[in-house]
Amino acid sequence: MYEHDVIVVGAGGAGLRAAIAAHEEGADVALVSKLHPVRSHTGAAEGGINAALRDGDDWHDHAYDTMKGSDYLGDAPAIETLCETSPEEVIQLEHWGMPFSREEDGRVSQRPFGGLSFPRTTYAGAETGHHLLHTMYEQVVKRGIKVYDEFYVMDLAVTDEPDPEDRECHGCVAYDIKSGEVTGFKANDGVVLATGGDGQAFDHTTNAVANTGDGPAMAYRAGVPVEDMEFVQFHPTTLPSTGVLISEGVRGEGGILYNAEGERFMFEYGYANNAGELASRDVVSRAELTEVNEGRGVEDEYVYLDMRHLGDERILDRLENILHLAEDFEGVDGLVEPMPVKPGQHYHMGGIETNEHGETCVSGLYAAGECACVSVHGSNRLGGNALPELIVFGARAGYHAAGRDYGEALVQTGPSAAIEHEEDLGAPVEPGALGPADDDVAADGGATADEARSDGGQLASPSEVVHRSVERQRQRVERLKERDGRNHAEIRKKLQKAMTRWVNVFREEEGLKKALEVIKECREEYQNVAVSDPSSTYNTDLIHTIETRNLIDTAETIALGALARDEFRGAHWRAEHQERKDDEWLKHTMVQWSDGTPELYYTDVILEGADKTYEPKVRSY
Amino acid sequence: MSTQVTEQEQTETEEESAHQQRRLAEKAERQEVRDRMRERAETDLEQADTVFDLKVFRYDPDIPEKEDPRFDTFPVPFTKGMTVLDALMYARDHYDSSLTFRHSCRQAVCGSDALFVNGTQHLGCKTQVVDLGDSEGVPGQIRVEPLPHQEVVKDLVVDMEHFYDQMDAVEPFFDADELPSGDLEEQRQTRENREKIKMSSRCIWCGACMSSCNIAAGDNEYLGPAAINKAYKFAMDDREGENRKQERLEIIEQEHGVWRCQTQFSCTEVCPKDIPLTEHIQELKREAVKNNLKFW
Ligand SMILES: Cc1cc2nc3c(=O)[nH]c(=O)nc-3n(C[C@H](O)[C@H](O)[C@H](O)COP(=O)(O)OP(=O)(O)OC[C@H]3O[C@@H](n4cnc5c(N)ncnc54)[C@H](O)[C@@H]3O)c2cc1C
Ligand code: SF4
Ligand code: FES
Repeated sequence: MYEHDVIVVGAGGAGLRAAIAAHEEGADVALVSKLHPVRSHTGAAEGGINAALRDGDDWHDHAYDTMKGSDYLGDAPAIETLCETSPEEVIQLEHWGMPFSREEDGRVSQRPFGGLSFPRTTYAGAETGHHLLHTMYEQVVKRGIKVYDEFYVMDLAVTDEPDPEDRECHGCVAYDIKSGEVTGFKANDGVVLATGGDGQAFDHTTNAVANTGDGPAMAYRAGVPVEDMEFVQFHPTTLPSTGVLISEGVRGEGGILYNAEGERFMFEYGYANNAGELASRDVVSRAELTEVNEGRGVEDEYVYLDMRHLGDERILDRLENILHLAEDFEGVDGLVEPMPVKPGQHYHMGGIETNEHGETCVSGLYAAGECACVSVHGSNRLGGNALPELIVFGARAGYHAAGRDYGEALVQTGPSAAIEHEEDLGAPVEPGALGPADDDVAADGGATADEARSDGGQLASPSEVVHRSVERQRQRVERLKERDGRNHAEIRKKLQKAMTRWVNVFREEEGLKKALEVIKECREEYQNVAVSDPSSTYNTDLIHTIETRNLIDTAETIALGALARDEFRGAHWRAEHQERKDDEWLKHTMVQWSDGTPELYYTDVILEGADKTYEPKVRSY
Repeated sequence: MSTQVTEQEQTETEEESAHQQRRLAEKAERQEVRDRMRERAETDLEQADTVFDLKVFRYDPDIPEKEDPRFDTFPVPFTKGMTVLDALMYARDHYDSSLTFRHSCRQAVCGSDALFVNGTQHLGCKTQVVDLGDSEGVPGQIRVEPLPHQEVVKDLVVDMEHFYDQMDAVEPFFDADELPSGDLEEQRQTRENREKIKMSSRCIWCGACMSSCNIAAGDNEYLGPAAINKAYKFAMDDREGENRKQERLEIIEQEHGVWRCQTQFSCTEVCPKDIPLTEHIQELKREAVKNNLKFW
């Protein structure tokens, strides 16, 4: 068993920043990651990172834009923390050597992005994420922070109290991918989950193959609610064949969208008469699909994004990476022809419920980055707002886990924050609960297993809690390898297809119900899943099998939340419900795993900031 | 007491036979799955206009039957836009789920799938199958092997530790002599200076360059192109200042540093990020000479 003060799971932008912060606070920190840190998906971010750095800009405006962009589903205290802190965090990166693009006077460059009232997106060419990731990894190396790379975290070690708010997290269990050993990681002070997105729940996504929602699924099974899972962002400009992203920076620099008839449809058809191509992502994604559905798409599938008029020099200076992507992945030369684009799954606004200090309702368990939902993006994230979230809340989670006191949180977490309802707000359909499996250890991977309760009702020591989780996961690995059964790949594909077909940009009741049925089938089929590679060396068959279980869990919460929310808000569009229902739905969807069944409840959105209240307004662009 | 044991024993036997039955059922199901997988692959193959052979290096030290390195050949139906990585995933998901390779981003930014494809280093995800063919387009056969000169962990996965160690050896972190006093004040940098380090900062740590370098193959202590390029990135960044630059030059001037490079350009040829590695090494050599002249 390894032991450290703070264990950070995941080494993308959020994990690296959390580790540096915890180290600065004096903790002995370990980063545990299934990929080597520089391989994390943060490296794929292209467009930029928002921060109010300039005269004439103000973090209050950034906060206002973010609240409006969120379609009033963000929590004001979290948004204000984000916007107030991101300037110093971005300059911190600059001090760590991040090679930002520069203005004539040597200051860092900024450009306009969708939904922002000021050009406050700071960038490093069209490869901002790559530089951000490498810059922070360099600082981790400089500080000598211990990195366990290619360690797959399978489970959390959490005490088994009936109420999640009484539970405590003492560490986690990881599978050493190179050796096949299952090992415990004991955390004296806290575990920070920073495992990134779950785009692999869909089959057309900008996300990496490693983005399988491991963190949210593990936290969820440990009793932490997941928040606002129905809000999935579809990016309007992805390459049709692979889902590779064409950055919003292209539109930020002046790129234009055309339909098959050569019409600039954002204006021609009135989707966004003022902002045009720079309306927020949900608006542009729906516009594109409407064009395709109404027969004005190219090859019935996509539209064109054109940047030729920007001129070779500007393109090469600011968007060079885009030229390479279009060439390598779609065979298109962006200097001489328009690029084909369509919407693709891109970002998950929802995730593990945390407050503005990164805490979850289970003590000792923190989360930050895309796997978390501190609720700064609400129902729709503005481009360039994820990277500041990583560093602002990654740092806060790291400092707090290592002992820094931030005082009382304004955003509450856990079931006790639920709002009372007169009518029963149970799940709208029978969700995926199954009877006890024949062999539940193999398929389950649940966190607060009964075994974790100490004998005779006595409190188990932290080491015991970790030890028991390790034993359970060891058994699980053995059983998965020794038994015969189905291969995960087919189940995963079926799940991805159903999600893309029915839980996509456009959603309707029938389809969402169908999706939930398929998810349930996947769950049933998964009961018999097996790993056919018996090897203990680099067993990716095993890893992908475990990831698939996590995808089933997150997909189910997405579809459930989407079915329950019968309104149209941000990225969540419903055929039967074409208006935003502020009277009923200014609230967060929480899904909690309770004895094998997902349970729904709601908490209030906080619109009161430190010195102003954000009044919901019609969102027009 | 003794009855208890018998009862327990009986339950155990019952459990045992239930377990047996379940295993049989599972076996049948698995056979079904295999059949279905094969069928699916067969229909794919029948329906495809073009099928090519993907020949893949296999090795697993952990399984006696797989200890001896061999090649497996998988027929793969060609689809438009297919990359070598797609072909590998097809083979894994349709024929053999134990086929092992690293991959993640599928867009040439994570650096995990550098492979030896038809005798050269390539990123699997960035390499279109059509580009490996003759003038007709789709090739008859594609051969995929792990990166040469690296220890093979399993199938196409190589041990990257040595590569990481060499990276660490150049103190790969920004370390300015002096920082601006204000928290919100940036260190100004000219556009020209940023342009100068731009290419060097694109490295994704894929290891292709190191694997293609004859010198690195023969001298385990040679820092290698990626690490020297990393040093270049910092040494050329005006923001770090003269003192630090001095220290950086000392590192790359050491015995197994820049002077080992024999300007063969193989690293530059294979780098998927088009980093002019050889040029950077040459430039550091010139800097090192200038630096030494200063003390004469
Ligand atoms: C193509 C693309 C472009 C984008 N562009 C922008 C942009 O321009 N601006 C912006 O603000 N945002 C952008 N985003 C969004 C933003 O980049 C992501 O939300 C963000 O990088 C996520 O960072 P993270 O640290 O949360 O996760 P990641 O960077 O994905 O890191 C996750 C880490 O967790 C580890 N991990 C996962 N599961 C496990 C496990 N079970 N055990 C151990 N380790 C595990 C992984 O190894 C990895 O190290 C973009 C996203 C994409 C996909
Ligand atoms: S320099 Fe190029 S080839 Fe070498 S590791 Fe970096 S990206 Fe790969
Ligand atoms: S999969 Fe990331 S570089 Fe190829």
